[in-house]
Amino acid sequence: MDHALTATKQEQAEAAAFDRRDASLVLAHVLLAFGALLLGGVAGLLQGLVRGGVITLPGGIGYYQLLTAHGVLMALIFTTFFIIGFLYSGMAKNMGGALTDTARRLGWIGFWLMAVGTALGTVMILTNQATVLYTFYAPMKASPLFYIALALVVVGSWMSGYGIFSHYRWWKKNNKGKMSPLFSFMAVATMLLWQICTIGVAVTVLVQFIPWSLGWTDKIHVMISRTLFWYFGHPLVYFWLMPAYICWYVVVPKVIGGKIFSDALARLAFVLFILFSVPVGFHHQLTEPGIAPVWKYLQVILTFMVIIPSLMTAFAMFATFELYGRSKGAKGLFGWLKFLPWKDVRFFAPFMGMLIFIPAGAGGIINASHQLNTVVHNTLWVTGHFHLTVATTVALTFFGTAYWLIPAVTGRTLTPKLNRLGIIQTIVWVVGMLIMSLSMHTVGLLGAPRRTAYTTYQDYPDALGWIPYQVVMAVGGTVLFVSIILLVINIVLLLRAPKGYTEYPIAETAETAERTPRILERWGLWASLVVVLVLFAYTVPFAEMLQHAGPGSKPWVTW
Amino acid sequence: MHIHKLEKIWLVIGMAMLAVFLGIVGVSAFAQGMQPPGGGHHVIDPDKVYETPPFDNPGLEQIGEKEYNAYMVAFVFGYNPANLEIPVGSTVHFQLTSADVVHGFQIPGTNVNMMAVPGEVNHFSHTFDKPGEYLILCNEYCGAGHEYMATRIMVK
Repeated sequence: MDHALTATKQEQAEAAAFDRRDASLVLAHVLLAFGALLLGGVAGLLQGLVRGGVITLPGGIGYYQLLTAHGVLMALIFTTFFIIGFLYSGMAKNMGGALTDTARRLGWIGFWLMAVGTALGTVMILTNQATVLYTFYAPMKASPLFYIALALVVVGSWMSGYGIFSHYRWWKKNNKGKMSPLFSFMAVATMLLWQICTIGVAVTVLVQFIPWSLGWTDKIHVMISRTLFWYFGHPLVYFWLMPAYICWYVVVPKVIGGKIFSDALARLAFVLFILFSVPVGFHHQLTEPGIAPVWKYLQVILTFMVIIPSLMTAFAMFATFELYGRSKGAKGLFGWLKFLPWKDVRFFAPFMGMLIFIPAGAGGIINASHQLNTVVHNTLWVTGHFHLTVATTVALTFFGTAYWLIPAVTGRTLTPKLNRLGIIQTIVWVVGMLIMSLSMHTVGLLGAPRRTAYTTYQDYPDALGWIPYQVVMAVGGTVLFVSIILLVINIVLLLRAPKGYTEYPIAETAETAERTPRILERWGLWASLVVVLVLFAYTVPFAEMLQHAGPGSKPWVTW
Repeated sequence: MHIHKLEKIWLVIGMAMLAVFLGIVGVSAFAQGMQPPGGGHHVIDPDKVYETPPFDNPGLEQIGEKEYNAYMVAFVFGYNPANLEIPVGSTVHFQLTSADVVHGFQIPGTNVNMMAVPGEVNHFSHTFDKPGEYLILCNEYCGAGHEYMATRIMVK
């Protein structure tokens, strides 16, 4: 009897075990992501202490060098590697149990291109040859190798995207007439968005920056490069957010023991993200010349449209929570809250991310509005905003995911101890971020600029009044760094955790949910609609920029 | 596709709020003239800023009683001219360009906040109703001395 039970358990574990080859691909991505997070975290800590006036940097290290490292490693490298690792794990899990050889090979090609790009870019930044921040605005000129490094990262991520598409196509061919699993649908949607939006950054890097930085062309047109960058730069934030939403829609309901509220609406939300997150870049350029007011306003309208799928997501999440609580006998308006697994980090970390997305999203609406943006543009308010969105909502969801993903793919267990450490790490992160982000928002409203080293502007009274807030920011940053250390410790312990079976949580759709309309899976239709929207939002203003292009700018190295 | 009744209510309220916000933003911008900085396609050769009017003679130009044009050039790491002086109640029409990289132009405590982009001229107007010494600072990273890039406006 006993023996039989163990056998079944073992069989179960083997059946659910991750294909070894897929596990290494996923693990490579996830571990590189957290390596980047640690390095970026060190830069962030030092930078926070400098801005707070607590320390000055030794040995000729520059504040802006650290800022570049922090931005590139956190916003570009940590996110992209984690996302691709997570999406590959889900493609394998949800579509056939293992990746096809083609998908896996493309995954590795992508990984190595991105890894080489990351290493090269990091060396350029650390040797002070690319102190241009992660937005690398022209006409500041970094070493050509920095732009080549960026191109490698982007091209690598394309390869990874092709791998996901090819696996999806393989599954569809072998499952004719079937709707794809929700996770895979969302992974394809995320990668489709990525392919569409990275065209902008690829064009500016390959056509403008690389030839110009090598001296093959004399001048660069600044407005065109900025416009191409922001065509990429805003959908980039949805590329971060959509995988977090995958965890919320597909993983979290299973963790709490509930069901997906509506498969159809979840897919619709992702389709809306594809449509409306691209033609919105001008809301980052509201205070710039060279774009007619009507086009700025049009893109502000489209920016607001992209809030709708987030409203849908908020509803779906809380509907899932409430339905589950009520099925367990919860009473009263909020009685269901008690039934949620607060002590399970797989739920707790993403949930804290969701909670913080409420004020973070509201802040985003402020930033996208013409007149309010003028008050906060390029102030620390904006820094506070994206530390709530990407660095809390997205990051906490990724942390909460890593805690089960790493043991699930390596065949180890998330022990109660490690789970508790994860909860503590999450709480420390939230506390640190609230301290840092609240003071960033406040001092930003008072006028303190972002991306600026410690200064009192020759003891200008207002600027002196900003310093205490900057000290509080440094305190928050230090608390966050403690959380990163806890995270790294936890990951190391997870890699050495006892062998066993950890569930890869994938929820089922509620029985009451409607059937999903087929049209949602017609990718060609959605891709064409984005093209139409992009042409609508960009053709005229972009043509005007080209027409009034002027002679352009020569390269400058000002650091 | 069927949508739950409560979700319909939630989405209708949400979208109505977004429509109201957009309405307010649009009316203030297009009917009341509270546009963000910008203004047409005013192009300039960034290498010839100081040879191109009006920036060959940067500074204040009085165009009416308590009304000025301010032609300003941002450069690493300062503004030309530095330290403006105007009477209280003056309206200043800033025209701003850059002689090198991208800079910012922000006056804390006011709504003046715009980008100085090489090759383009940015425009924004502001009325200084209160006397005092105002700080102009660069809020876009422009190089090693970015945090020192600032000047003042005296409003008397």
